Amino acid sequence: MVIIGGILMAKVIFKEERCKGCGHCINICPKKIISFKENFNSKGYHPAGIDENLMSACIACASCGKICPDSVITIER
Amino acid sequence: MGEKFLMKGNEAIAEAAIRAGCKCFFGYPITPQTELIAYMAKNMKKANGVFLQAESEIAAINMVYGCGGTGVRCMTSSSSPGISLMTEGISYLAAAEVPCLIVDVVRCGPGLGGIQPAQSDYLFLNKGLGHGDFNLPVYAPASIQEMIDLISEAFDVSDLYRTPVMIMADGMLGQMMEGIEFKENKKRDLPEKTWAANGLGKRNKHNIINSLELNPEKLEELNLKLQEKYKIIKENEVKYELYNCENSCDLILVSFGITARICKSVISLAKEDGINLGLIRPITTWPFPNEAFIKTLGKSKNGYLSVEMNCGQMVEDIKLAVNGKEEVRFYGRTGGIVPTVDEIYQYVKSIIGGM
Amino acid sequence: MGIVYQPTKALLDVPTHYCPGCTHGIIHKLVGEVIEELGILDKTIGVASVGCSVLAYNYFACDMFQAAHGRAPAVATGIKRGNPDKVVFTYQGDGDLIAIGTGEVVHAAARGENISTIFVNNCIYGMTGGQMAPTTLEGQITETSPYGRDLKTQGYPIRVSEMISTLDGATYVERVSVDNIANLTKAKKAIKKAFNNSIKGLGYSFIEVLSTCPTNWGLSPQDSLKWLRENMIPYYPLGVKKDTNKEDK
Repeated sequence: MVIIGGILMAKVIFKEERCKGCGHCINICPKKIISFKENFNSKGYHPAGIDENLMSACIACASCGKICPDSVITIER
Repeated sequence: MGEKFLMKGNEAIAEAAIRAGCKCFFGYPITPQTELIAYMAKNMKKANGVFLQAESEIAAINMVYGCGGTGVRCMTSSSSPGISLMTEGISYLAAAEVPCLIVDVVRCGPGLGGIQPAQSDYLFLNKGLGHGDFNLPVYAPASIQEMIDLISEAFDVSDLYRTPVMIMADGMLGQMMEGIEFKENKKRDLPEKTWAANGLGKRNKHNIINSLELNPEKLEELNLKLQEKYKIIKENEVKYELYNCENSCDLILVSFGITARICKSVISLAKEDGINLGLIRPITTWPFPNEAFIKTLGKSKNGYLSVEMNCGQMVEDIKLAVNGKEEVRFYGRTGGIVPTVDEIYQYVKSIIGGM
Repeated sequence: MGIVYQPTKALLDVPTHYCPGCTHGIIHKLVGEVIEELGILDKTIGVASVGCSVLAYNYFACDMFQAAHGRAPAVATGIKRGNPDKVVFTYQGDGDLIAIGTGEVVHAAARGENISTIFVNNCIYGMTGGQMAPTTLEGQITETSPYGRDLKTQGYPIRVSEMISTLDGATYVERVSVDNIANLTKAKKAIKKAFNNSIKGLGYSFIEVLSTCPTNWGLSPQDSLKWLRENMIPYYPLGVKKDTNKEDK
């Protein structure tokens, strides 16, 4: 558990190699903090991810993890 | 020494299967094998087994695929048009290497045909039981006793080689009654079914029962593996009977199933006229007993005569076996008609007389 | 750090062949999570069918069968009858289940086989390139209804859940969707109930999951979810169609 300023920090880990760039996580995130990254994975997709500076806005609702068809996302808190 | 029974062939098959440890039967009614499933319905429960009447032969063979794939000894039975429906399932069983027993109580075709006995599934069962490169052992018993003795053997062969096995019983064998004995048959040493998809249990790798392989190299590997298996089955499991072939013959009859018994009567009849006939009786039609022909080459003065209840389906296998060295002829009846001793003998005389 | 959400151990850690955004991936996860949460991975046997999910046997960590097109409920019947202590499920698409497999699913349900069927309905034949399915909607354009499905010549879409629920052996039938988190959560609950019924021997459970096919619908994954909501749910209403389980006390 990482607590910063009295708030539990969520950590969202993306297995970039598995991401197929479908965008479901981006679409579902209530805080709109997920986006496609600049890089490509070996399959040629822009993997989804959360910018470092936006991670603190994550509320660990796990909607992204749940909707991801490729089991890319792990959420820790 | 077993108890003696007077039993109908279909019921005897069912009883023999139960005694051989068949735990599940899935089938569908079709003449002339319906007594088999009725017997199973009555007696499987007593043996703590499962009887299920499926909604179709297609469903039945797929139930066998499921059950057999978990390593449970199981079987189905049907008659020719029903076996036609099962061909997809049989191809899957062969490809996924799932053991099971299938009984075809043969009736005359094609199409809906008739319900009287025939042997018109020979090519179907031995050469064309489904799509793709595969075969499976096919047994052609000639008596109810032989049929029930073969059941336990068939189940063991099925488990030993991980292959579906077929019993090709002409409709006569299913319907007739004979005195029989359920013997304690010699059991084979069977390997453990570590391949069965019967639940992960303590294993850390899952088992899959499957026949899909999209990678051509891997699929070729699978096919060659099956062919290697068939090679070993051909070397070890062929069964046949040579009857009265020790010395020179005027003609050698080739026949399987009920017709072979009629041929034995023809041989007795011919003896009275001083004509010496021999008989090759395939008991496995796949693998086909080529060696029986190699052994008898040169013994017959008038080649071979295939006697079948169809339009001459075994002729090509005989021709392949003799490889042009002998004449191969055919006599048969079809439509569900069983040839008589006399009519076969008349034909034999016409060949011999003509030489 | 505590885990809030992670990939289920009931699915193997391998990439899948499904198209980006395909709901098969989501549904596989729901089934996997249920198997893991119920602690039945060691005794579950799944039957994959023929369709886009034909390779499901490579994704689930439990023992798996690959069945001929439409025959999964018969294969599952054979598995279950021969192994009554195992939990058996079939995973089938719309062509597999309600075109060629109609006989098998109806009779497995009628017999009340103690198995669960996960029916993935996306109104189209995905694997073979987008042909019309028995569940294709009126006017829907597919490879074999290029002018839109014409009810007069091409028949009426089948509401499978309603049909299956008329059979006494089917004791639990629900239609769910995975188009948003609320529906996804309900879908998982339904699947869990189905598997629980199987464990308790309470008859045949049937869960129809409304799904998308972005590739053959020609829509983005997100627009596909929208299409599902706007077109499929009105014709295939969500909800429990039947729940008649009487538990042994």
